[in-house]
Amino acid sequence: MLEFKNVTKRYDGKTAVKNLNLNIKKGEFVCFIGPSGCGKTTTMKMVNRLIGISGGDILVEGKNIKEQDAVELRRSIGYVIQQIGLMPHMTIKENIVLVGTLLKWSKEKKDQRARELLKLVDLPEEYLNKYPHELSGGQQQRIGVLRALAANPPLILMDEPFGALDPITRDSLQDEFKKLQKELGKTIVFVTHDMDEALKLGDRIVIMKDGEVVQADTPDEILRNPANEFVEEFLGKDRLIQGRPDVTTVEQIMENKPITVPVGTTLRDAISIMRDKHVDSLLVVDSANVLKGFIDIESINLNHKKAKVVDEIMEEGIYTVSHHSLLRDTIHKILRRGAKYAPVVDDNQRLVGIVTRATLANLVYDTIWGDGTELEELTQAAE
Amino acid sequence: MMEFFATHGNDLLIKTWEHLYISLAAILLGVLVAIPLGILLSRVPNFADRFISFIGILQTIPSLAILAFFIPILGVGKLPAILALFFYSLLPILRNTYIGVREVDKGVVEAGRGMGMSNWQSIMKVEFPMALPVIMAGVRLSTVYLIGWATLAAFIGGGGLGDFIFDGLNLYQPALIIAGTVPATILALIADRSLSMIENKLTPEGLKNSYKTA
Repeated sequence: MLEFKNVTKRYDGKTAVKNLNLNIKKGEFVCFIGPSGCGKTTTMKMVNRLIGISGGDILVEGKNIKEQDAVELRRSIGYVIQQIGLMPHMTIKENIVLVGTLLKWSKEKKDQRARELLKLVDLPEEYLNKYPHELSGGQQQRIGVLRALAANPPLILMDEPFGALDPITRDSLQDEFKKLQKELGKTIVFVTHDMDEALKLGDRIVIMKDGEVVQADTPDEILRNPANEFVEEFLGKDRLIQGRPDVTTVEQIMENKPITVPVGTTLRDAISIMRDKHVDSLLVVDSANVLKGFIDIESINLNHKKAKVVDEIMEEGIYTVSHHSLLRDTIHKILRRGAKYAPVVDDNQRLVGIVTRATLANLVYDTIWGDGTELEELTQAAE
Repeated sequence: MMEFFATHGNDLLIKTWEHLYISLAAILLGVLVAIPLGILLSRVPNFADRFISFIGILQTIPSLAILAFFIPILGVGKLPAILALFFYSLLPILRNTYIGVREVDKGVVEAGRGMGMSNWQSIMKVEFPMALPVIMAGVRLSTVYLIGWATLAAFIGGGGLGDFIFDGLNLYQPALIIAGTVPATILALIADRSLSMIENKLTPEGLKNSYKTA
C-alpha cells in the first residue's frame, strides 16, 4: 500500500530522514512517534509531497509518487493536521467537500457526500450550513477528519490531529476515529508525540530518532521488547510497568495446581483435605478435570448432617476465566465481583489453574518493588 | 452664499467630478497594481520586507515635489496627476495586502495545500478571501488620503477642487478656499463609507464574526 524505499531527506547539509525503509499494509494504522526533530513529520509530509524527497522512493499503491503530479497526488490522499485548518470563510459543507470542489464534482454529488459523511460522526445535518467558528474544537476536528475522507482516499495522513484538543475530547475522538478507521478499512499514517495515543491507536508504532527508525513493531511487542534504551526511556518506566500486565495472560501468573477434590468425595475427606492444605474452599472436578463447582467450609458446616458427598452441596455456575484472557481484564472482574479467587479453565472447561487475590497482591508487589523474576520465585514457592 | 453658487455652482460640480475622477482613477490603478504585487511579495518574504521599506522611503518624498518631478517627464494635465497619486496609493494597499496574506492562518493554508489546491487555487479560494478585510482597510486608507492629496493636482494643471483652493489663495478669497475644501472632505467621507459597505459585502460570511470592521 505504502512503501518507503531508502527514503532520505536532507536540508542544506543536515539529514532529517536517513535511509528509511518501511512497508505499510492496506488497512494498517501506523503511528510515527519520536522526540521533536526526529523526522516523523518530515517523513509523513514526503508522502503527499508537501516536502520533497532528497533520495529514495515512496510508492503509494505501487506507484512512485515522484511520477505523479503533486496536486493530483494530494487530492488522492487524505490529510488532517493539528491546527485543524478548516476554511473559516466556508460553511461546514463546503469544508467537508473541499476536495470534491477541487475535483469538480457536481453540486448534487457534493451535497450527498457531505450528508453521508456527517452521519459518520453523529452530527446533525443543520451543521452543514454553520461556519467553523460556531463549532467546538472537537467538532471542528471531526469535520477535519471528514474532509480528509470526502474523496474516499485509501490512505490518510494525520499530523498530530488530536494534539490541540483537551484530554477528554481527545480520548473520545480517538475511540471514534479508531472505530471509523476499522469500519472503512483506511490505511493511516499518524504522527504523534503522545505515546499513550500511539499505543491506543496504532496497529504498528514506528519509533524514530535523529531521522532513523529505532523500532517499528506492534504496541505489545514494543512494550514487551523495547529495542534499546532509547525506546525504554521514551516509553517511560511507568508505561513499561503498566505495559507488562497489559499483555500478561492469566495463564502466566495463575497458580498451576489448585486444590481440588473429585466428584463423589465424602464431606469428611473434603474437610481433612482443607485442613491439610490450609484452605477454606475446594474446587470440585470430574474425572476429566472439568470444573463442576466448589464447596467451602461454611456450606459443609451448614449441610454436613444432610449430605454425604461434595456433589450434593457444591455450588455450581462458578465464575471462571479463560486461560487466554488478559490479566488486566481478570483483575478488574475479580475486584468488581468481590470474588476471592477465580478458577482458570481451558477451552474445554477443564481446570488448569487458579488466580487468587494473593496472586494479585504478589503481582502488585512486583510491579511496585521489582520485576517479573521475583513473581516467578514467589509463585514457585507458593506451590 | 447663494451668490457664490450662482457664479461658481456649475464650476463646482465640474471640479468635484474632476476631483473624484482623478482620485478614483489613481486608486483603481493602485488596487490593480498593489494587490497582485502584494500577493506576489507574500511568496518571497525575504525580498518583500526590503521592497516595502524601499517603497516607504519613496513615499516620504513630498507630494508637491513628486508632482513637480513629473512635469518634465509627462508634462502637465490629468495623466501626470493621476500617476503621481497612484504612486502614493501604492504603499498602504501593498503593505496591507502583504501583511493580510502573510497573516492568514498557516494551518488553513497548509490544509488547503495538503488537500490538493494549486497555488492559484490557494490564493483565490483561501488567502485572498481571508486577507480581504485587511486589504480593504488599506484601500480605504489610500482612498481617503488620495482625495485629500488630489487637491495638489491643480498645481500641475490636473484640475479638480484644488483649482478653487489655489484661486482662493492667489486672489485672497477665503470663500473659494472653503468651496474647494468642503466638497473634498465630503467626498472623502462618502468614499470611506461606501468602501466600508463594499468591504462588508465582500467579507466572506464566516469571517464576519471574527473580523468586525468599523
